[in-house]
Amino acid sequence: MIKLDHIYRTFEVGDELVHGLDDVCLDIKDGEYISIMGPSGSGKSTLLNTIGLLDRVNQGRYFLDNNDVTELSETEQARVRREKIGFVFQTFHLIPRLTAAENVALPLTLAGVDHDERNHRVEQALKSLSLTDRAHHRPDQLSGGQRQRVAIARAVVTRPVVLLADEPTGNLDHASGMDVINILEQLNQQGITLLLVTHDIELGERAHRIVHMMDGKVQP
Amino acid sequence: MHFNDVIQFAFHAMQGYRSRTYLMLLAMAIGVASVILLTSLGEGARLYVTQQFSSLGTNLLIVLPGRSETTGGMPPIMGETPRDLTLQDVAALQHLHHVKQLAPIVVGAAPVSYQQLEREVMIMGSTASLFSVRQLKLSRGQFLPELEITRASPVCVLGYTLYKELFGNVSPLGKWVRVSEYRCRVIGVMEEEGMSLGMDMGEVLIMPAASAQTLFNVNSVFRILVEAQSQEVMDRLKQDVIETISARHDGEDDITVLSQDALLSTFNRILTALTYALGGIAAISLLVAGIMIMNVMLVAAAQRTTEIGLIKAIGAPRKQIIILFLTESACLSLVGAMLGLIFGLAGNWLLQRYFPDFPFQAPDWALWAAVGVALSTGILFGLLPARHAADLDPVQALSGR
Repeated sequence: MIKLDHIYRTFEVGDELVHGLDDVCLDIKDGEYISIMGPSGSGKSTLLNTIGLLDRVNQGRYFLDNNDVTELSETEQARVRREKIGFVFQTFHLIPRLTAAENVALPLTLAGVDHDERNHRVEQALKSLSLTDRAHHRPDQLSGGQRQRVAIARAVVTRPVVLLADEPTGNLDHASGMDVINILEQLNQQGITLLLVTHDIELGERAHRIVHMMDGKVQP
Repeated sequence: MHFNDVIQFAFHAMQGYRSRTYLMLLAMAIGVASVILLTSLGEGARLYVTQQFSSLGTNLLIVLPGRSETTGGMPPIMGETPRDLTLQDVAALQHLHHVKQLAPIVVGAAPVSYQQLEREVMIMGSTASLFSVRQLKLSRGQFLPELEITRASPVCVLGYTLYKELFGNVSPLGKWVRVSEYRCRVIGVMEEEGMSLGMDMGEVLIMPAASAQTLFNVNSVFRILVEAQSQEVMDRLKQDVIETISARHDGEDDITVLSQDALLSTFNRILTALTYALGGIAAISLLVAGIMIMNVMLVAAAQRTTEIGLIKAIGAPRKQIIILFLTESACLSLVGAMLGLIFGLAGNWLLQRYFPDFPFQAPDWALWAAVGVALSTGILFGLLPARHAADLDPVQALSGR
């Protein structure tokens, strides 16, 4: 369902050309659980951003659900992100002035989903992550683990097919981190494709498959 | 995205950054309020002048000595003094067809005293017909007696303020007051009245024109007020007046005849232009407020970089981010404009309360223009920050760079 075909992505840092992704080929099937590992600067996040259509590639083809999404316009890529991809970030990226429920509702609001339908889906998402009693709290009134759960709720409320998690436990203590991982794995068991960027070996090894990155290349 | 969701998002953002929101609203409100107050001042001046002129009486021609028109020739080097208007000229005009009545005016200042009290006041010499030409009102006694224009008589009528100052609560009728070195008997007191054409009618002493001429030792008349029988004959009468005086002045066309309407429309034009100018000056403050909106929204785009990155990541295209940011600046300027409208109208109300004589009145167009300009500057100056936000690269924005 995800197919990366000889992807190149280079950055200019000063006068130097840095290879973020260097001839990356990757096939990911529906419902897979993959961890992407490697040292800092090895291209893990670039790979994730490429799959998440946040970053454009210099060369190569990217197929999502058998559609070539490499050359889509900005607006169409935004639509693909909205409909198929969910993001979970290390720093949660919740909007501080909105309540948990409003943060979760945000993707639906942006997509123009009707008020009633939106409330219903937000309620469900919050319930499945045991956040119902936190619905009207703002992020600064929540613990780190709760914030990340709100972020996960926001990522899955649009019912995406792929969930991209970039170091989702990086800012959490061990217990809440495990809590978050368990939730992500549960979602994976329900059928969502899960890509997890981490440099924690213990977490990485829980995945079905590990993709090792080094200097922008996928290690065999 | 639904319209009310966009609005709600904008208001959430406004609430999220309170101090900057309040400052912005204040700037906008001051801009709009100053447009309203300044145009109200200009419009008030226009209405004031209009009122003053209509209090002068209707169908009025004002005759003054000298020509105020330029003829395009050499300026008179030797000094060409116009011939004075005299009471004989006035008497000649009196017999013209279409003249309903007329009143000469002689003015000057002189000390007026009663017992130990003395005041320097404006002396106005005229005739009995001044009463109806100027539409004056008496509070007691009678006005100047019907005499021949050239006859003097030692009588006078006091303005209300002057009467209070000289006599207090004592009845002045029949008392003799001293005007410079002459004496005259008070026969009437005028009603309390406001300013009229910059002359406080409360502080004048009115006496027969011939008496005033003796008092000031002059033969000339300051103005002649001529009331026509009707609006239609004004032009004819004006021509007749010019011809009559010219015949009396050796064929010299040396007077100026103003009609009240012409004066009024000139003042109207000048003061309407003034109102526009004041509105324009105040609109500059709206422009400044617009630039402030731009500034603040640029800072907001910088502060909310990660938020913009996130919104992009969860599926908002460029266009939607522009809409969100534009809506925010439009809401800021709209709410600011509404506050300004309230401040402006409240200020206007206070001015009306404290200066009841002056008709402060913001014209309708100014209200619309102020709000319209506020809204359009808000949107116009919101465009740059909105595009700036929309052009952010989502990966860099999310990492807070």
